[in-house]
Amino acid sequence: MSGDSLLIGAGALANGGHALHGLLGGHHGLRILVLVLVVAAAAVIVVALTRRARARHAQKGRSAVPASPASAAGVPEHALAGSLRSAGARRDGGAIVARGLSKHYGEKVAVDDLSFEVQPGHVTGFLGPNGAGKSTTMRMIMGLDAPDRGSVTVYGRPYHSLGWPLREVGALLEAKSVHPGRSAYAHLWMLARTNNIAKSRVDEVLEIVGLTSVAHQRAGQFSLGMGQRLGIAGALLGDPGVLLFDEPVNGLDTDGIRWVRQLLRGLAADGRTVFVSSHLMSELAQTVDHVVVIGKGRLIADMPIAEFTSRNSRSYVRLRSPQLDQLRPALEEAGASLTTGPDGSLLVHDLPAEKIGELAWQESVLLYELAPQSASLEEAFIESTEGNLEFHGDPPIEAHGVSQP
Amino acid sequence: MTVQTPVLPPADRAAVTRAGHYGFGAVLDSERIKIVSVRSTVWTLLATAVVGIGLSAVVTSAQAARYSARTAAAQQAFDPTRSSLSGILFAQLAIGVLAVLVVTAEYSTGTIRATFSAVPRRPLVLAAKLILFSVITFIVGEAVSFAAFLIGQGILSGKTPTATLSDPSAVRAVTGGGLYLVALGLLALGMATIIRHTAASISVFVGSLFVLPIIAAVLPSSYSDDISRFLPQQIGTVMTTAHYHGTDTFGPWTGFIILCAYAAAALITGAVLLVRRDA
Repeated sequence: MSGDSLLIGAGALANGGHALHGLLGGHHGLRILVLVLVVAAAAVIVVALTRRARARHAQKGRSAVPASPASAAGVPEHALAGSLRSAGARRDGGAIVARGLSKHYGEKVAVDDLSFEVQPGHVTGFLGPNGAGKSTTMRMIMGLDAPDRGSVTVYGRPYHSLGWPLREVGALLEAKSVHPGRSAYAHLWMLARTNNIAKSRVDEVLEIVGLTSVAHQRAGQFSLGMGQRLGIAGALLGDPGVLLFDEPVNGLDTDGIRWVRQLLRGLAADGRTVFVSSHLMSELAQTVDHVVVIGKGRLIADMPIAEFTSRNSRSYVRLRSPQLDQLRPALEEAGASLTTGPDGSLLVHDLPAEKIGELAWQESVLLYELAPQSASLEEAFIESTEGNLEFHGDPPIEAHGVSQP
Repeated sequence: MTVQTPVLPPADRAAVTRAGHYGFGAVLDSERIKIVSVRSTVWTLLATAVVGIGLSAVVTSAQAARYSARTAAAQQAFDPTRSSLSGILFAQLAIGVLAVLVVTAEYSTGTIRATFSAVPRRPLVLAAKLILFSVITFIVGEAVSFAAFLIGQGILSGKTPTATLSDPSAVRAVTGGGLYLVALGLLALGMATIIRHTAASISVFVGSLFVLPIIAAVLPSSYSDDISRFLPQQIGTVMTTAHYHGTDTFGPWTGFIILCAYAAAALITGAVLLVRRDA
């Protein structure tokens, strides 16, 4: 097939060469050189195009998989979201489905055999340390980077085959991906135009993100937070059912962070699929329903947030007492494991607070403090990604989110 | 800046099976919005006009003043059309920069990710850029070329022989000025699509215009002539000359076809890379 078309191409070029004969004049050697170069260039292009066509073909075959049952039946996704999960139909119910996704840049493996699904009607947190492969994964969902292996689909289709991409998927990928000389309004309008989105919708999203008053200023004058809002406006532009946000609260002030959290919750409550990445667990702790945690490009956890917290963190009791040494043997005998906290307090693991109180009373030990601690989401996150940090030499980026144990 | 509670229209979750597909017309219009909404592109076009017409006038004035002092042979070889179009060879720099910016500004600012998210079929974006750029450059290029010609003939009038638009060769050369800018600009656009970085693209473009001739000139003349006639600069000179007396060059239309072939090769290579590479 490709051989044939190559031959035909070469034949056509040879004919073209005869036509060129007169044009190129008497320089025989030069004429041959030019012809050889042209034929070689044409051959390279033909081969490249056929390979591309074959790849497209293969992808189309894959995309023949029907969309989720809800969409096939024409029922709004969120109406079925709950029943899909409880019926154990989770495997096919995801609005975003990644299967064996792998990507490397040069020698560096960015994403390694990653499979997960993102469900409609929920805010799904995409967590991992910096460099874990979150942004790469998001770019692959958006069809910007091509995976080496595996596939990722939105509503069962690869991104590039979506008819109205902005109306189905909205994404905030990188802060300030805007020409600094272009106004916020023009930026949104030129995007809206491609997907036949009405001009009035541009005003609407500017209003939603609170940029109406600066809509006609050049985006180069925007602060990081305003740039972030403009990115969010771009994601909302097509009123899409699937939304991706890569580190959306970066550069936002407290008000802005609260606003983003509300926005995410509101979008999910509408029945939309919300997939939001962060390297700081604390940013999202109260916002997400489900977490997909990765480290070094590999999946670490994919579960409801409550399950993730309880699985990856151990609760403990903090004790302060002038007679700690007197209490230690009794606690150890009762099966507790003991560590010392940074302030000299005793941290008691694997023993409920009630039992500790009883023992202290029996041993006649005076207690200043008996405080049950449940590990924060941050700790669960760090525990689960331990050993998966990409940059070991650097100062720990996660440190400022950690609560004191 | 006020922070408000998100107000969202009711979600239309049946988005999955929306009929239809984004079309080329919309992509073309989006590219138009991109060009007119950024000052640098507008300024570059203005620079093209100012440089093209202004420098033509300056060079023409200088040649008019010197004409009587030149040898008979030089006077014989003087081409009033060519003289009045000298500015085109400067305007080509501005056009090349515009062509480069149309592509690389998207990469340097990150807009390319938004663009390809909206239009995942990337060759469509390149095709829209190409068509829009060609139309704009053709209009501006021809306007500059004709204006420079008419102004130039006015300057030359009474001091040297002049050309008129009743001479088909002169019309060919003046039209050729605009066409040369379009073809050369498309070559720059293709280069930029391959290279993706503003500074590197402009360097390669300027290098192919001004450095290659220098390299060709220092080679032994038997090679030099063979190579020189393939260079864009040389092709441009012939295209904007009504009566070319030199030998060892391509005719104006042959040169134009060769230039278009360069542009096509660069654009096709760029398109293939555009589809294959990560954005």
